[in-house]
Amino acid sequence: MMRAAVITFPGSNCEHDTVRALTQAGIHAELVWHRETSLQAPDVVLLPGGFSYGDYLRSGAIARFSPIMEAVRTHALAGGAVIGICNGFQVLCEAGLLPGALTKNAGLLFTSRTVRVTIERSDTICTVDFEQGARLSLPIANGEGRFVADEQTLDQLEAEGHVVLRYAENPNGSARGIAGICNPQGTIVGMMPHPERAANARLNSGEGGRFFSSIVTSFHSQMLTSPPNTSGLNRDSYVE
Amino acid sequence: MTLTPSLTVQPGPPEPAITDALVREHNLTEDEYRRIRSILGRTPTYTELGIFSALWSEHCSYKHSKPILRTFPTTGRQVIQGPGENAGVLRLPNGWAVAFKIESHNHPSAVEPYQGAATGVGGILRDVFTMGARPIALLNSLRLGPLTEPRNRYLFGGIVRGVGDYGNCVGVPTLGGEVAFAPGYSGNPLVNAMCVGILREEDLIRARAEGIGNVLLAVGARTGRDGIHGASFASEELSEQSEARRPQVQVGDPFTGKLLLEASLALIQSGEIVAIQDMGAAGLTSSSAEMAARGGVGVQLNTDKVPVREEGMSPYEILLSESQERMLVVAEPERIPAIEAICARWELSATAVGHVTDDGDFRVCHDGQLVASIPGRDLVDECPIYYPAAEESTQARSRREASPPPSATMPGTQSALEQLLDVPSLASKRWVYEQYDSTVQAGTVIGPGGDAGVVHVPDTPFGLAMTVDCNSRYVALDPYEGGKAAVAEAARNIACTGATPLGITDCLNFGNPEKPDVFFQFREACRGIADACRTFDTPVTGGNVSFYNENPGGAIDPTPVVGMVGLLHSIEHHTPSRFITPGHRVLVLGSTDGHLGGSAYWAHLLGFVGGPPPPVDLEAERKLQQVLITGAEKGLLASAHDCAEGGLAVTLAEACFPATPEDRSLGAAVDLSDYARGLDPTPLLFGEDQARAVVSVAPQHVPAFGRLAAEHGVPLVDVGEVTVAGSLLSILTSKERTAWDPSHLSSIADRSIPRRMTPRATQPGEGQ
Repeated sequence: MMRAAVITFPGSNCEHDTVRALTQAGIHAELVWHRETSLQAPDVVLLPGGFSYGDYLRSGAIARFSPIMEAVRTHALAGGAVIGICNGFQVLCEAGLLPGALTKNAGLLFTSRTVRVTIERSDTICTVDFEQGARLSLPIANGEGRFVADEQTLDQLEAEGHVVLRYAENPNGSARGIAGICNPQGTIVGMMPHPERAANARLNSGEGGRFFSSIVTSFHSQMLTSPPNTSGLNRDSYVE
Repeated sequence: MTLTPSLTVQPGPPEPAITDALVREHNLTEDEYRRIRSILGRTPTYTELGIFSALWSEHCSYKHSKPILRTFPTTGRQVIQGPGENAGVLRLPNGWAVAFKIESHNHPSAVEPYQGAATGVGGILRDVFTMGARPIALLNSLRLGPLTEPRNRYLFGGIVRGVGDYGNCVGVPTLGGEVAFAPGYSGNPLVNAMCVGILREEDLIRARAEGIGNVLLAVGARTGRDGIHGASFASEELSEQSEARRPQVQVGDPFTGKLLLEASLALIQSGEIVAIQDMGAAGLTSSSAEMAARGGVGVQLNTDKVPVREEGMSPYEILLSESQERMLVVAEPERIPAIEAICARWELSATAVGHVTDDGDFRVCHDGQLVASIPGRDLVDECPIYYPAAEESTQARSRREASPPPSATMPGTQSALEQLLDVPSLASKRWVYEQYDSTVQAGTVIGPGGDAGVVHVPDTPFGLAMTVDCNSRYVALDPYEGGKAAVAEAARNIACTGATPLGITDCLNFGNPEKPDVFFQFREACRGIADACRTFDTPVTGGNVSFYNENPGGAIDPTPVVGMVGLLHSIEHHTPSRFITPGHRVLVLGSTDGHLGGSAYWAHLLGFVGGPPPPVDLEAERKLQQVLITGAEKGLLASAHDCAEGGLAVTLAEACFPATPEDRSLGAAVDLSDYARGLDPTPLLFGEDQARAVVSVAPQHVPAFGRLAAEHGVPLVDVGEVTVAGSLLSILTSKERTAWDPSHLSSIADRSIPRRMTPRATQPGEGQ
């Protein structure tokens, strides 16, 4: 059985929803408290939504300094799968594991609604079960969900196909309607929409569940290989 | 551990002497002060005066409302915990239970809208998790003055942001609510927040101090100087001087609130604690005194041990601070290390601040000096109870008996519906609820914008439906019928989703109860609520009374907000309020008499607030609920929408509206030419007769649904058909045919509030 580590910061509030969606996809998920300094060699790390440390500063700005983030970085840089959802995406950007930043929504208000998104890239660890160009509806709920980056970075994201999700109707002024991006290998993915909230066909569309089944698919197709146990590695052995 | 009896009560370090003026400042009457002196057998210390002032405030003592509240039905097979605890608890299937409660935060929100509203949400969350329940939903009921006034826009914006930020951060979805605007709320907005939590019945914990020698621990945030005398502030009329009360408004920290929630639930589940209580209104004082009274024991508090935010805080300040995110825990002394460990896991501290005693006294020590010693039972029980005079004002009676002036010009049907949907009270509240996270916890089945919110109870087949309702115009015109209508509308909203109403919590917002006309409104509205609850078997499980909602302009409209929960036995049977499928039949359940008294049509289009509100036939309501619930369980209903403010026309329009602005509206072709004995279009379409719903049913299910309605004796008329997206809503009456583009109507309703909140973007002539 695949194993997932769901990182929990004080103020995270989607960790249980994320565990439930992973479990439903047949993945064994465990919560890992932010004070931990090592990961037990999970196949995938998830950074869930919420308000880490209250997000009183800038979303994710404090969480990136959490003790566990060193182990997450090590895991990510060794090719391990990392998925950040909402606050998790903000943390990944703050930690420099993904480019760009999430800023206050153009309307200046917290925005909670269902939006339509397009799957722009169906070969990442969490989108392989979708058709390229597929349209689906997912909930968003954030105050700082407006993706920004400099023009050069945006051009590069587009040219190299690192835009994973794009809004059909841009709800918050995100640059080029970007809702989710990945690293060049497609092993680190960040997105603002909440697929874990649309993963139960009895309650909602259920379409979000495919993000989680994709993790299993990509694992079995060996697209995603389990990285070595990196928990003991010295941080100095990696250079950004 | 008890004090030696030789110690006598002494004033704490520099404390003012007790004078008549000081007593008045503490909102205590001469008679109340005499009673305090006789309880103590001496003059109280400043600290003791503060303690009495808080616990004998209207907010804590219910001294004007208790005899009336006792008339509520509070029992039933489903009741596990009725009024008197932090929240009511009702039984669900399979060993589950639901804890829920509504509470007001009106006065703080009037002077500091953001923090006032945020801490209202924080407080109600704590009331629910204190019972051992995990909060799974929030709702709120807001009342403000018209958005034409900049001050009201400021209050509204701040309140919505405050409500949103707290719930969003803690991660509890806001599933519904109501927002209404009327001139009477200018300067005295209402902010009522409701929380719903679930628990295993065996995990229920009551806030009862027990076990002589057990320790009291303060858990959570440190105590600061914020919110001192908040309970007393909530128990007086707002005035021009109220702005100066701003420092008395508590400041919320939802991040700590979330940690406290997790730590409290972990403490309860660990079995390491005896009792736990939120430090809410009147802070440490009321939490400790109430827990002691429930357990029939005494307590000693050592205020110098309480972790504080600033140096030099006096025992008076520490006892009366309403700093947020604090809990008081009772536990056996040997459990302290385990409790500290659980709290530390959530990065919180637990500090012993006192202990349970056997002599029944409420005692406070500071640096070894006894600063307060009061017989505990007298402190809680000896507060005087008042039976104020009640008499309806002649103005209220004549308003009810009045009719609109004959000179009033009635707008045509076409324009009337468009105008009504642009009235902020009737318009879409999307601008509001999109600022609230409604999908966190991943259990939302029906979010805000429908008749009632529905959430799935994790790991079970069932769901909970919930709503808050009150038409305060009805209550103002006829408090008894208005009280009934508030419960009836809530029950109808619950039943429209397919759920069975289980019970209510109420937030009774009124003016100064010492005024006979206000107390009449209160007494009669409560009588209406009680009668409706008895008929529907929905006991009252608790709630909150908020009096003194007055501003220099007078009392608010009486606003007894009813929060109701219902059980959906199988989540699959939830029924939406919107039409789903073209070709489905449109039917009206219930009977239409064209009652326009108290209607939105008269109030907003003719500028006439008056006439008798629609009478509520409770038996007809009960039967209607039965048909809706059974119809949903049998899978006969595609949609069901409660018919309320704005009548049939508004109900039909809303049923056509899309769930999100990106989707397209459906249409409907409705023929009412033979309906309701050929009533004129205005009463037919805009009358607000109760006990009605508009449903859509697949053609093959119409006969079975018709039989169901007939069995229960509920009138049912097939009036038309749902039509494809992009088609019109057309309504034929005996006099005319009117048609609207539903997407145009939907955009009027969606833009109503946002365009008023950004007045600079308002087009000329678009003001309210």
